[in-house]
Amino acid sequence: MTAQELPIHGDADVVRVRQAVRALAIEAKLSLVDQTKLVTAASELARNTLTYGGGGSATIERVENGTRAGVRALFHDDGPGIADLALALRDGYTSGGGLGLGLGGAKRLVDAFEIRSEPGRGTTVTVTKWAR
Amino acid sequence: MERIPVLKIGDTLLVSIQTDLHDQMVLALQEDLADRIAATGARGVLIDISGLEIVDSFAGRMLAAIAGISKILDAETVVVGMRPAVAITLVELGLSLNGIKTALDVERGLRLLS
Amino acid sequence: MTFGNVVERCRQNESELVREWREVVARSLAGRLPAALVEKELRDILDALLGALEAGGGTDPQAEPYAEVRALLVELSRDRAQQGFSPRETAVSVFGLKEAVSKVLGDTDVTGFFRVIDEFGLYTFETYTKAREEVITNQAEQLLELATPVVKLWDGVVALPLVGTLDSARAQVVMEKLLQTLVDTGSEHAIIDITGVPAVDTQVAQHLLRTVVAARLMGAECIISGIRPQIAQTIVALGIEFGDIATKASLADALMLALSRLDVDVNAEIAKRSR
Repeated sequence: MTAQELPIHGDADVVRVRQAVRALAIEAKLSLVDQTKLVTAASELARNTLTYGGGGSATIERVENGTRAGVRALFHDDGPGIADLALALRDGYTSGGGLGLGLGGAKRLVDAFEIRSEPGRGTTVTVTKWAR
Repeated sequence: MERIPVLKIGDTLLVSIQTDLHDQMVLALQEDLADRIAATGARGVLIDISGLEIVDSFAGRMLAAIAGISKILDAETVVVGMRPAVAITLVELGLSLNGIKTALDVERGLRLLS
Repeated sequence: MTFGNVVERCRQNESELVREWREVVARSLAGRLPAALVEKELRDILDALLGALEAGGGTDPQAEPYAEVRALLVELSRDRAQQGFSPRETAVSVFGLKEAVSKVLGDTDVTGFFRVIDEFGLYTFETYTKAREEVITNQAEQLLELATPVVKLWDGVVALPLVGTLDSARAQVVMEKLLQTLVDTGSEHAIIDITGVPAVDTQVAQHLLRTVVAARLMGAECIISGIRPQIAQTIVALGIEFGDIATKASLADALMLALSRLDVDVNAEIAKRSR
């Protein structure tokens, strides 16, 4: 299965990422609620990429694990990175004037969540949601 | 840029969001509503989100902000028509939209405002 | 990998091979499938297998020439899994070919050919397992559907009587179904009755709470009824805050509360309906 790479450099790109993720989630036969959760998580992460990472890209693909289908989305930026990951994941923490639910909230909405970041070296977040 | 239309029915401003929201549209709506409430002296704001397939923390924050702004301008906000999948997701995300009144549909929302 | 003249000799003795193979398979299936059906299945598989080998299939079962063999084996293992045959009985359907080949071809060197058969035996096993998992998943889903009826008690009041253990997966399905019913029926009041639920753990309690909050976001109010004394104790012991969520001892009390919130005059309603 081929991955699609989508640029994230503006508002409209966030919407495009959401639509592409939704299309894959439907293909992977995720339930409506799971689709909504995944698309919402993707929206949070794409906006983080834009706001905190200064833009970047999303790479999305369908994945399979035995009989289960799922969707994986990777968000990457070359921005300033995150110094304290544990703190960034905590609810209510924000460095940008938001509600501080982005990272922690996105994590709760998906089945697998992985984040790699270093100050000065950008941030990569990978999330996966499986069909039930 | 495309703007979301704000309709006035009696003392109430009605907004029906039917498309996937760009962040800029959201911010523009917030401004438009504040202006219209002040200009018309409306007592209620009804926001129909039955067309929205997702509400993320940005859109959720916008709803809360609109409710807060209306309150200061002496108008009450009711959000109607949230889809079940959206509600479940918002709760999981950690947004409970405290202080915002809700109703199942426009009709019930109007009743709540009158 | 060359197969010598094995493929050629198999072709020459094809019908005898199929007969012997069917014998081996029939022994393990013990008459639970009609012989004619089994024979057709095996004849098709052998024909496809020999065809693929003639086309230079090699030993990799995923190779392109084996596409038809794989399709036939997927069908076979799927059918067997759905009909409730054991993994052993299913595997014999493939491995039985080795016994038939040994018997019919005698002293020919069949090492390479057997390796191919082994590969397909394993392939069948994998697809069998996959098919079984699908059967189980489907049944679990159907059970969930059956176990979660949402009933209308009054215009604007729906109830969800929960019976049996609530695990996280079921709690989630229940929650979705209840919220969807609120929209479909335009009900502003929902009663979640847990009289039939023997125990509640943190996760399930959290699910109940989330359902109530989600319903509020949609513009509906939930009442939880039938909380047993032990469950009340658990909830407090777990430190779960029910906050301002309405709870009632019985479904009847909950209905009364919903009706009063709706401002229903029951006597007037009865009079109206019996008129």
